Amino acid sequence: MTGQEVAFLILAVIGGLAGLLVVTSRNVVHAALYLVVALASVAGVYLLLAAPFVAFVQVIIYVGAIVVLILFGIMLTRAPVGRRVLDNTLRARVGAFVIGAGVFVMLTVFLGGAFGSERIANQTATATAALGDSLFRNYVLPFEAVSVLLLAALIGAIVLARRD
Amino acid sequence: MPLMYPLVFAAFLFSAGVYGVLARRNAVMVLMSIELMLNAVNVNLIAFNAYLRDQLNSGQVFALFVIAVAAAEVGIGLAIVLLIFRNRETVNIDEVDLLRW
Repeated sequence: MTGQEVAFLILAVIGGLAGLLVVTSRNVVHAALYLVVALASVAGVYLLLAAPFVAFVQVIIYVGAIVVLILFGIMLTRAPVGRRVLDNTLRARVGAFVIGAGVFVMLTVFLGGAFGSERIANQTATATAALGDSLFRNYVLPFEAVSVLLLAALIGAIVLARRD
Repeated sequence: MPLMYPLVFAAFLFSAGVYGVLARRNAVMVLMSIELMLNAVNVNLIAFNAYLRDQLNSGQVFALFVIAVAAAEVGIGLAIVLLIFRNRETVNIDEVDLLRW
């Protein structure tokens, strides 16, 4: 087992545990902070998969912006603390667990059947210049579409949240 | 590294997100679970990008698009949640049933 694999397994265990705590924690603020841990370990996984630019974008956008936005949302809605108000009934939670576990088992079995013996070859990290080349040459149209989407979302959020 | 490592990690994150969306009542918690699911998709995109050694780095480019769309989604989602809270004093998704027939 190489050092890369060991590092990946450590990150995956941390990220998986944090992800579980995000969806089971009783305290809303704790859940948001566990989300930070999960997102940061996903950023580490990107680094191991030779995608440093995406890893840093992940840290900046997710950990820096989205989690802060979610914390503001928690504060502004006076989110209550405690399982009774946060979670559905036990019956609904058992159903949700069955569906979640079923999705996990199904994905693992099918993906294992399709890609079980494949390996990711060691490679140098993607240069940011190469990524920018691809983004602004081959994918410039989707890029522009995303910019329009962001503008629409910006205006929509202002219109929705404005007090008039 | 075996391709299954990141795939199983992504599948686990996605399943945790599915559980969270179904089991939580608070709308902000549902949004957080959706972020987990989007991240699982991104891990898959990056893993297959590395596996296929794509010359155009399509997987990484689309991961960036997914991140941008996720930012827009959480912005709009929280605006809607704030609006609901202002009007109804609650963000529990089972009490917001205006559209239920």
